[in-house]
Amino acid sequence: MKIAIQINEGPYQHQASDSAYQFAKAAIAKGHEIFRVFFYHDGVNNASAFTVPPQDDRNVINQWAELGIKNADGEPELVICIAAALRRGMLDESEAGKNGITGNNINPAFRISGLGQLIEAGIQAERLVVFGD
Amino acid sequence: MATKKFMYLNRKAPYGTVYALESLEVVLIAAAFEQDVSLAFIDDGVYQIIAGQNTDGIGMKNFSKTYNALGDYDINKLYVSEQSLSERGLSEADIMPIVYEDEDDDWAEKSSIKIVSNAELTKIMAEQDVCLSF
Repeated sequence: MKIAIQINEGPYQHQASDSAYQFAKAAIAKGHEIFRVFFYHDGVNNASAFTVPPQDDRNVINQWAELGIKNADGEPELVICIAAALRRGMLDESEAGKNGITGNNINPAFRISGLGQLIEAGIQAERLVVFGD
Repeated sequence: MATKKFMYLNRKAPYGTVYALESLEVVLIAAAFEQDVSLAFIDDGVYQIIAGQNTDGIGMKNFSKTYNALGDYDINKLYVSEQSLSERGLSEADIMPIVYEDEDDDWAEKSSIKIVSNAELTKIMAEQDVCLSF
């Protein structure tokens, strides 16, 4: 089955991203396709390359990155919402440049895009599963 | 592109957290995809469409007027839980007018608000292809 996931909460504060990760991993193991994971609200913080958890804890960001969810063109299908990301200080190189800010903090396994990608995921996938409060 | 039934489930108060505002941003983007869109307001989500909102004292943007623009985006099915209203001492009279122009009825102005029981809402939700919960 073709499945899309929406994550509405940030890492560590909330278990939504962990639960979604466990769900995605189990679904892939069962032969299902994870079409796209869309990060919204504080969920955009799941893409921060600056995340440094204690050594004895899981790294939520790297877990997602290692799952390697990509499309046929090899682009990441871990997508963070641009509007939600910008207002929370999550910037890739391009957005940092446009806004005159030095530095960027998006893990390369993720990409920034618009809310249309969430709607498209709802249209294309057979199931859209939402994780959050 | 295929047409699916999308429902946006609004469950939280308009201020205090960003869920309501960012849900509305999704709904406005979604309008461009020409899907069958409806909104439901349950639990504290009913406060999102209460009339006479004033945010002057809290330094937040009052985005309640945006709900009124939904009709222009062909979004005219706003289901409100009767039980959630009454649990909060509210009724239909407390909800702001949200209208659309019905192109099948000589552009007559009609209310987009539909007060429904939780049983009715359950049935409507079961008919959806995609439910996005905020």
